[in-house]
Amino acid sequence: MNDFWIILEGSLVAVSCGLLGAYLILRKMAMVGDAISHAVLPGIVIAYLVAQSRSSILLLLGAALFGLLSTFLIEILAKKARIQSDASIGITFTWLFAIGVILVSLYSGNADIDQDCVLYGDIAFVPLDTLFLGERDLGPTPIWLQGFNLFLVIAMIRIGYRGFLITSFDPSFSSGLGIKTDTWHYVLMGAVSFTVVLSFNAVGAILVVAFLVVPPATAYLLSNQLQTMMIYTVIFGVLSALIGFYLATWWSASISGAMAVASGILFLGVLVYQKLLRKRKKFLAITN
Amino acid sequence: MIAFEAHNLTVSYDKQPVLWDIDFEIPEGKLVGIIGPNGSGKTTLIKAAMGILEADSGFVKIFEKSPDEIRERMGYVPQRQSVDWDFPATVMDITMMGRYRKGKLFGRLSKADREIAVDSLKRVGMYDFRDRQISELSGGQQQRVFIARSLAQQADIYLMDEPFVGIDAASEESILNILREMRSAGKTVIMVHHDLHTALEFFDWVVLLNTRLVAAGSKDEVLTEENLRTAYGGKLNVLSRIADLVKRQEYPLREEDSKE
Repeated sequence: MNDFWIILEGSLVAVSCGLLGAYLILRKMAMVGDAISHAVLPGIVIAYLVAQSRSSILLLLGAALFGLLSTFLIEILAKKARIQSDASIGITFTWLFAIGVILVSLYSGNADIDQDCVLYGDIAFVPLDTLFLGERDLGPTPIWLQGFNLFLVIAMIRIGYRGFLITSFDPSFSSGLGIKTDTWHYVLMGAVSFTVVLSFNAVGAILVVAFLVVPPATAYLLSNQLQTMMIYTVIFGVLSALIGFYLATWWSASISGAMAVASGILFLGVLVYQKLLRKRKKFLAITN
Repeated sequence: MIAFEAHNLTVSYDKQPVLWDIDFEIPEGKLVGIIGPNGSGKTTLIKAAMGILEADSGFVKIFEKSPDEIRERMGYVPQRQSVDWDFPATVMDITMMGRYRKGKLFGRLSKADREIAVDSLKRVGMYDFRDRQISELSGGQQQRVFIARSLAQQADIYLMDEPFVGIDAASEESILNILREMRSAGKTVIMVHHDLHTALEFFDWVVLLNTRLVAAGSKDEVLTEENLRTAYGGKLNVLSRIADLVKRQEYPLREEDSKE
């Protein structure tokens, strides 16, 4: 049963991160997830200092707020200071992360807090955190949280499909239609921020960043429409979780690491397959 | 009726004024070229009119209303290079965007919307490509898809940003024909255009810009040697060509179809 929960948690994270990551890739901001993962540190520390408790919900909220703040800063730097967006991502998250490091070092004397213990969970522990309703065992809490989040992500994408599509492809044309492109951007970033923070808490950093970028990038290679890209993203995400889990058991290695590696192997496989297919097509065209 | 008017319009970019105190009017049903040297504020004028850039002072009115009130009647073709053509979308997907509406973004698109998109694709001769991914198209075909998307908007006034840049002769012919069709249907088309040689041939109304307004009016009034000298200033190479052009008062062969 434990194996099942771990694979399910991995798949849930893969799908919610992957679907949002598809938009990030198309908006050329794939590394925003990495940025958010670092930028949330001061939020966690401040939430801890204000509440004087390690209640995970408060810390999650603090983290998500700072994640959102970092996306605002990235946008403001890129637009108002007219800096390239990758540079503004770099400036924002190193700066916020550094503030977090300083806060931790200032207050670690009287607080048991560092980013490892509050933020970066391990997927192997997912089955241990069980949710009880009275006496009844409802399964692991992270599964419920992640499942609920995935439901929200899918609902958001379904309802806002056209809005996200047009504002990702052609922001000028969207503004010309009177569509508020900024609002769509921040709704998306809010969802990314919350999903990233929630997933970190359960499965750890590398896996979240990997799932945000690698399955949608693999899907991108094979798709000529956004819907297709999303379907492939789901398939590659779940496959990564599944293959990764068995790789980890086989190697007796870190599960998160193995899942991230599996997603990379799938990407390479698809890339090579495509190159070969193209060569073959060319060859056939010449011989005919 | 006045289709487009700008009054005391000043727009800046990075605190640097790109358009300075522009004032002009365009009557309905004209094919209008916005012409001027690089950096003279042509694109800025279009973007300000679409409400994508904010004006520092002054305003634009479309059919005597503010653009925000009348967006449903405005079609827009942004610069082709402003989007990523490797985006996973088909020709049909992009054309359907012309049917998106601010208020209707969440509802379903109707069968009628689809028919309008299909019809627009047929008009630009891209219907057979409807299921192709946009990355598989040539520059001219991409431009025709952008034109089809604006046709699907079923607007009365169209603002286009350099639709003739980097396209093949067949696409140029096709787009030109559509523009003339639109004019005979009473539509107003205003476009940024960089090529002086073809301007004389394409347009019946011209707005000549160089940050300030140099002249606006029918092409014969505007494209005089003196006006062109004011707009293009010391650019000798261009100047001699202009002199040549004005002297002969005829339409020379265009040099190259593609700038890219």
